[in-house]
Amino acid sequence: MQATDSPVAGKAELLTDETRQYIDHWVGKFPEGLEGRRSAIIQALFSAQQDNGGWISQDLMDAVADYLKVPPVWVYEVATFYSMLETEPTGRHSISICTNISCMLCGSQKIVDHVESKLGIKTGQSTEDGRVFLKQEEECLAACTGAPMMIVDGHYHENLTPEKVDEILDKLE
Amino acid sequence: MTTTEQAQTDLVTLEVDGQELTGRKGEMIIQVTDRAGIDIPRFCYHHKLSIAANCRMCLVDVEKAPKPLPACATPIAEGMKVFTESRRAMDAQHGVMEFLLINHPLDCPICDQGGECELQDLAMGYGRSVSRFTERKRVVKDENLGSLISTDMTRCIHCTRCVRFLEEIAGTAELGGMGRGENLEISTFMGRHIQSELSGNVIDLCPVGALTNKPFRFSARAWEMSARSSIGVHDCLGSNLYYHVRGGRIMRCVPDENEQINECWLSDRDRYSHFGFRAEDRVESPRIKVDGKWQDTDWDTALAEAGKALGSVRDASGGQSLGFLTSPRATTEDHLLVAALGRALGSENTDHRLRVSDFSHPLAGRARMDVTSDQWSKADAIFLVGSNIRHDQPLLGHRVRTAWRLNNARVMDLNPVAWKFHFDLAERLIVPPQNMVETLARVAAAALEIAGKSAPDGKLGALIENREPEPAASNAARNLRDAENAVIVLGDVALNHPQGAWLRSLAQVIADALDVALCVLPGPANSQGAWLAGNVPGEKGLDARAMLEEPRKGYVLFDLEPEFDCADPALAMKSLGNAEKVVAIASFAGRDLLEVADVLLPLASVPETDGSFVNLDNRRQWLKAAARPPENARPGWKILRMLGHGLGLEGFDFVNLNQVAGRFDEDQLSASQTEPMLTDLDDPVTGQSKTLWRIGDVPLYAGDNLVRRSAPLQESAHAEQSRIGMHPSDAERLGVTDADRLRVSQGGEAVELSVELDAGIPPGAVRVPMATCHSRVLGQAFAPIEVEGGQS
Repeated sequence: MQATDSPVAGKAELLTDETRQYIDHWVGKFPEGLEGRRSAIIQALFSAQQDNGGWISQDLMDAVADYLKVPPVWVYEVATFYSMLETEPTGRHSISICTNISCMLCGSQKIVDHVESKLGIKTGQSTEDGRVFLKQEEECLAACTGAPMMIVDGHYHENLTPEKVDEILDKLE
Repeated sequence: MTTTEQAQTDLVTLEVDGQELTGRKGEMIIQVTDRAGIDIPRFCYHHKLSIAANCRMCLVDVEKAPKPLPACATPIAEGMKVFTESRRAMDAQHGVMEFLLINHPLDCPICDQGGECELQDLAMGYGRSVSRFTERKRVVKDENLGSLISTDMTRCIHCTRCVRFLEEIAGTAELGGMGRGENLEISTFMGRHIQSELSGNVIDLCPVGALTNKPFRFSARAWEMSARSSIGVHDCLGSNLYYHVRGGRIMRCVPDENEQINECWLSDRDRYSHFGFRAEDRVESPRIKVDGKWQDTDWDTALAEAGKALGSVRDASGGQSLGFLTSPRATTEDHLLVAALGRALGSENTDHRLRVSDFSHPLAGRARMDVTSDQWSKADAIFLVGSNIRHDQPLLGHRVRTAWRLNNARVMDLNPVAWKFHFDLAERLIVPPQNMVETLARVAAAALEIAGKSAPDGKLGALIENREPEPAASNAARNLRDAENAVIVLGDVALNHPQGAWLRSLAQVIADALDVALCVLPGPANSQGAWLAGNVPGEKGLDARAMLEEPRKGYVLFDLEPEFDCADPALAMKSLGNAEKVVAIASFAGRDLLEVADVLLPLASVPETDGSFVNLDNRRQWLKAAARPPENARPGWKILRMLGHGLGLEGFDFVNLNQVAGRFDEDQLSASQTEPMLTDLDDPVTGQSKTLWRIGDVPLYAGDNLVRRSAPLQESAHAEQSRIGMHPSDAERLGVTDADRLRVSQGGEAVELSVELDAGIPPGAVRVPMATCHSRVLGQAFAPIEVEGGQS
């Protein structure tokens, strides 16, 4: 056994063709070399997460490391750092409610309470049927003019009221 | 190169605490103040690592700056005024310390780092006596990083020195900062063990007690131990280090700084090998074999027995029927005395080159260093010939990595295994051992062609002229020519190769043709000292191999284990077993040594004894006895004196080590060495297509009797060497798959091992390492090997 026998060797196979193309596209935007490939980690993980139903398994992190030929630790660091990357299984739909200052002043706590009681889960949890994932804590999402606001599966919903939230949540399958 | 004139314009003058200092443009404040001896507290800054500036402990007050600045990340500027002890600087440092201590546990009384802790020390100067923090402290789960490093991650202050060390110096990037903010944890994330061969250095780097020495854990306090300056004895580098000793026992080992040798690092092998002294098979008293049974006895009886054994063989068959084999780990003085004992008994059969099998080069096993090893860091092209430098000499491997990392050096190798290095290789020539000579000849042919020079005479020239330079060989030669400071390194595999003389001569041809430096590494440990002390066969003497091929009637073995340390263990065991008398001066006695020896004299080996080692750069370094050996063990020089004296030999009437040490001719160390160019050697063996050859390299933790007994090293992943490495195509040809069991045999002796498919091994060879308990019955390291058990 060699010291640097990469523990991730061969795992790149786990990535889909679309993800590979997406990664290649991003690698092309950065300078050549190790640091350039390192720069593509965020986008690579983002794409792997989308393919995997909203979260990144440890195997997928290894796959990204193997595909980009970077030390796996670099990938773990990025995956655990960013709040938009999930490292535990989540529900199908992701909800992020902003609780930063503008939204807080406009009543975001009421929205969070409402969603929590409606879904029967706390922030950071997914519903038992795997339908909805409520993100742990979300800071300013740059939509202060429409406070309070939330993001559902990447779409911004502004000027929320409990009724409006019900309407949005009920549409989720 | 910058000229002196330019260098002067690059100088910057600044004022620190009223003192005028100068530094080079681009230097940081802390680098200048460190040189001037001005103390600035710090945790994350380390002069060998990149600058992270994340602990903020080194905040200083800079005139006109709106806020305190980190001294480690603020470049100096002309006319800058820095105050390290102003109110603003002190307030900032006190504030940072208070934040660092928020989450740090108050467990100093049970922390191994207590008493030698940078955080503890600085908290004395900068901390508050009462904490204002009343909230909950965070707790971090510990990880198992393997058998060498113990973790208490709750104590971590996130300086990231360990992360940067493993990424930058060790090149393995095994630790990282997971999570963020208050949840940041230094971790492998996957729970993998740390694999780097330099991993122990993170213990020294850690400014708190988060990473500590695992086998040393809870066994002593810093103030209970005394530090003994010594050197590493497991490779030809001789790293400077301290043993920390309590009650005559080595408790742990830490590096000493020596920029020319080990910088401030230490390999795990040197750091943890001393735990081998706790092995159960230590020879603790003199023993003699009576009617095939071992009996403990006193020194007088054992010495008389040993003297009688050697004397009787000499009297009956002449002095030349005695053979003297010495471990290269013996001190220079011991080598000198073994050689003297042999000569005085009428035998020139003394040798230390136990694993060498080709002795046709008159300097086989002796170093040739056209540039000193510290210059390798500045090389811009390095060609490794037969060298797993990362495992054989871990800190020389670090030099090569430094050249690659900081100098963009093009590193190339010619090896029997595509070893995983911590640097990228510009060109790899991976061929089975039987093709190494031929491949190096191709590089030589390319080198001569590029240089427009003609081939040397004789068979050497003929070998080169008949080779077509292939693209890889031409590239290698061209890279060497294009470099300003190119080095060719011949390592342990080239030394132990059955055509080592061919490899050395061919490397010499390449070096001469392209006018590049050639560095031929000596063998393990103190091989260079042994050479210079004359522990090599005399003109009529037999070398280590011939001594066993033409069996002697009596042998003296100095601190070696024949089944692990000899080039051909099967042959060694046979010849030693058939000998009339075998006297073993040994620190450890394994099963095989007990079987062949007749007298056992307990040895206090390094680092339990005084003496000197000579490293590859001809640096003679002194070791002082660091630990107390078992009561009845004696240093080698005393045993050899008593033995020589008892036999009535001349030259054994000295009373202290200095008298022996003085016999060593120190002029040799600085004398220039003329390297003969061998043009007529025996025909090189070339690979027949169907014969599989064995690749018998020596694993990282198998080199000598001490590391083989160090429990922490043997529990690490590098110690697992029980499989046959094989290229997938050979496996397919033989009809075997991964994990199948196979019988491999050499000279009639066979062992059964499981197969590991490894594309890094070239077709035509299988890797069965030397010096392992599995391979101890097999033969030569680089020789044909039979494989059976497959389906075809």
